[in-house]
Amino acid sequence: MTVEHIVDRCQALFEDLRFTSVSDWKAEQPGRKAIGYMPIYVPCEIIHAAGMLPVGILGGGESLEVIQGDAYYQSYICRIPRSTVELGLTGRLDALDGMLFPSICDVIRNLSGMWTLLFPDKYARYFDVPQNFDDGIGGTYYLRELEILREDMGRIAGRDIEDDDLRASIAVYNENRRAIGRLYAFRAEQPWLAPTSEVYLVVRAGMVLPVEAHTRLVDDYIAAARASDRPLRDNCRIVLAGGFCEQPPLGLIKSIELAGCYVVNDDFMLSTRWLLEDVAVDGDPLDNLAQAFLHHSTATSAKYEPDKQAKGQFLCQQVADSGAEGVILVAPSFCDPALLDRPMLQRALDAAGIPYTAFKYAENSGQLQPIREQAGTFSDSIKLWSA
Amino acid sequence: MAETERPPVQKEDSMLKQKAMINANYHALATAHERGAKVASTFVPGNLNELLMCFDLVRNLPETNALQNGLRKKSGKMIQEAERAGHSEDVCTYVKADLGMMLQGNIGPTGEQLPTPDVLLLSYTGCFTFMKWFELVRNEYDCETIMLHVPYQGDGVITPNMRNYVVKQLKESVIPTLERVSGIKFDIDRLRQHMKESAKAEDDLVWVLQSAKNRPSPIDAYFGGVYYIGPIFTAFRGTPEASEYYRLLRAEVAARMAEGRGPVTPEGDMSGERYRLVVEGPPNWTSFREFWKMFYDEGAVVVASTYTKVGGVYDFGFRHDPDNPLESLADYCLGCYTNLNLPTRVDMLCRYLEDYQADGLLINSIKSCNSFSAGQLLMLRQIEARSGKPGAFIESDLVDPRYFSPANVKNRLESYFQMIEQKRSGRGPAA
Repeated sequence: MTVEHIVDRCQALFEDLRFTSVSDWKAEQPGRKAIGYMPIYVPCEIIHAAGMLPVGILGGGESLEVIQGDAYYQSYICRIPRSTVELGLTGRLDALDGMLFPSICDVIRNLSGMWTLLFPDKYARYFDVPQNFDDGIGGTYYLRELEILREDMGRIAGRDIEDDDLRASIAVYNENRRAIGRLYAFRAEQPWLAPTSEVYLVVRAGMVLPVEAHTRLVDDYIAAARASDRPLRDNCRIVLAGGFCEQPPLGLIKSIELAGCYVVNDDFMLSTRWLLEDVAVDGDPLDNLAQAFLHHSTATSAKYEPDKQAKGQFLCQQVADSGAEGVILVAPSFCDPALLDRPMLQRALDAAGIPYTAFKYAENSGQLQPIREQAGTFSDSIKLWSA
Repeated sequence: MAETERPPVQKEDSMLKQKAMINANYHALATAHERGAKVASTFVPGNLNELLMCFDLVRNLPETNALQNGLRKKSGKMIQEAERAGHSEDVCTYVKADLGMMLQGNIGPTGEQLPTPDVLLLSYTGCFTFMKWFELVRNEYDCETIMLHVPYQGDGVITPNMRNYVVKQLKESVIPTLERVSGIKFDIDRLRQHMKESAKAEDDLVWVLQSAKNRPSPIDAYFGGVYYIGPIFTAFRGTPEASEYYRLLRAEVAARMAEGRGPVTPEGDMSGERYRLVVEGPPNWTSFREFWKMFYDEGAVVVASTYTKVGGVYDFGFRHDPDNPLESLADYCLGCYTNLNLPTRVDMLCRYLEDYQADGLLINSIKSCNSFSAGQLLMLRQIEARSGKPGAFIESDLVDPRYFSPANVKNRLESYFQMIEQKRSGRGPAA
C-alpha cells in the first residue's frame, strides 16, 4: 500500500462528519454500540472491553457550518463546544450510544450537562480524574470512578465486563500505543518522510477506527513512508504544543510545514499517548489502568503539576528527546488550559534557552497567511541565530 | 451625573460593620509578619476558613482582592499590566488583576501591601481556572503549597467516593501540611467550635436571603446580596464577628420587612417594586453602581441569585456540621454552586422563579468565567420552557472595564422589562 492510498483513506475519514465508518462498523454486526469521547483522556480500554467502539469527537473542524451551535453559546468561548453541539443537533452523532466528557476544562465539563439536557435519552457522563496522584488518595478515588465506568459500559453493552476482557483490551491498546510511539519516533528521526500533515491524519483515523485496525494502519503507514522517496529540506525542527483539544485546520499544520518547519513532536489527540508506558496486563486490570494514570501519564495543561520545578519540563524534555530546535506554542482562542499555561511554559523554555513563538487559532481559521509568515520568520530565526 | 456630584451612599449599620471587618482583615494581612502571624492564600469557593483558623493563619483571598480592586476601578490597569507580561487577553480577568496587582508591588485594595503567603491552599472547586491560577501564583512565591481536589458533581449527586476522596485529602495532605507550616497541632474541637459559629451565621444568612419571598422584597438578593455574602464567603465564616454581622443584618432586614420597605440602594430605599427577577451569573464589578442603578431606577429588584451561592449553597438545608466536621467540610466544598452540573442548576433556578414569585430570569454572562457561562444560553431556554417565564441574556465581565458596555446593557434591560410588561398584559410573545 502506498503512502497516498493510506493518507487518502485517512483524509476521507477525517472529512466524514457523519461518521459513516462508525455506522458501518455497527451495521456489520447487530447489537454493536459506539461511545463518543471528547479530549483529553478516557480509558478507552474499558469501552473496548465491553465490545463497543470508542469514537473520539474533536469538534466539527473547518468545514462544518455552525448554525444551531452558535445559539447555545456566549460571544467569548472556544469553537469546539459550538461545533460539537452542532454535530449533535444535526444528527451527525446519532451513531453514538453515549458520550464521555473528560476532565479538561470548564467548557467541556459543562458540555456534559448540556448533553444531558439536549439528549436526555442518550448516556452522557462527565469523567473525572484525580488531580491528587497519591495511590492511597487519588488512586483510591480513581479506582472507584473506573469501576463506575466499567459498570456503565457493561450496562450499555448489555453484558458484564470481565477482568479478562479488560486485560485483553489493555494488551490491544498497549499495541496501539507502541505503534504510535514508533510513528512518532520515525517522524522525529526522518520528518521529511513523515510530514505532520500526514501523521496527524493517520493518528486522527484512530479516533474512529477499531483500535486493532488502527494499529495496522499506523504500521502500514510507517512502512510505506519509510519506503517513499522524499527530499530532505533545510527546515528547522520544532515541537508543536497546545493543540490538545480544539483542533487546528489541517491547512494550519501544512502552513507551518510549508513555512520551513518540521514538526517532530506535538500534543494532538493526546488520548492515544496519554499513558507513557505499557499498562501492566497481569493482575487487577483497573488497578493497572489507575497506576498508569497516576504514575506514567503525560504532563499537559489540563493536569495539575504538583512540583513547581517540574512545570514545563515535560515540554523541554520533548524538545531534547526529539532533537527539536524550538517550540511553537499554539492555542485555540479562549482555551483556558493552554492560554493560562502558556506563560509558565514560556518561562521554562526561556530558562532552558529554547526558542519559541506563539499564536492562536480556531478550528475554522481561514486566514493562514499570517501564521505561515510568523512560522516562517521563526524558522528563519532559528536557522540564522541558533546554530 | 458626574462621579463627584453623586449623593453620599446610603449605608446601614451592617454595611459599616462589614467594611470595618474587611479593612481590619487587610490590616491584619499587612501586619501579619511583623506580628509573627502566618498567612494563607486561598480561593473563595470551597474555602476552608474554619480549618485555616485552627492554625491561626490569616486568610488572603485573591478573588476578593480582584473584585475589591474592580469596585475601586483599579483593576483595568492591573489587567493590562498582566497582559503586557504575556498573559492572554482571552483568559480570566480575576487572574490577571491578581497577577497585575503583584506586578505593581502587591498593594492591596485598601492601600496596604499584601504579605508574601506562608502557604498557598488551592481548594479546586467548581472552576478549572483556579488550578492554573494557583500554579501561576505559586511561581511567584517560595512557600508550601497544598492542592485540594474537589470532584465535580457531574451526575448531580455527591457520591461517597467523592466525599471520601476529599476527606482523605484533608486528613492526609491538607491538615498535616497546615500543621507543619503553622507549627500548631490540629485540634478538632477547635474546628467544631468554628463550625458551630458558621452554622449560626448560615441560618441568619438564609433567613435574610429568603426574606426576598416577601412583597415588596426588603432586600436585593444580587446587588445587595453580594454584600450579604461578603463575610461568610471569605475570611470570616466561623468567627463570632461573622455571627454578629448576620445577627445585625437579620435584625435590619426584619425591621425593613415590618415597615414594608424595599431594599436599600446606594441612593436610599427603593420604593415601588415593579419587577422581581432571578439573576444567574456574577456581577460586573467595575461599573457595579451604574449596573445596579439600571435596575432600581426601573423598580427592578433581584429576589434570588446564583452568584450568592458560589461560596456555598445554604438555602436547601446544608449547614456546616460540627458533629461531622471533615465530612461536612467535604460536602460544603462539593456543594458550591459552580460545582453543580447544569441540570441541577436549571432545577435550582426554576425553583427560585417559583418560590420567589419572580417575573423572569436574567443571565449576566461573564467573559472571564466559563465555569458559570458555558451553557447558560441552553439553561435559559430550558428554564423559559419549564417556567413559562421570560428570560434575558446580557454579557459583561468581572473586573475588566473594557467589557462593560453600559448603553448595550441598558438597552437590553429596558427591552426585557418591556417584555415582562407585555407578558403581564397578555400581549407578549412569551408563554
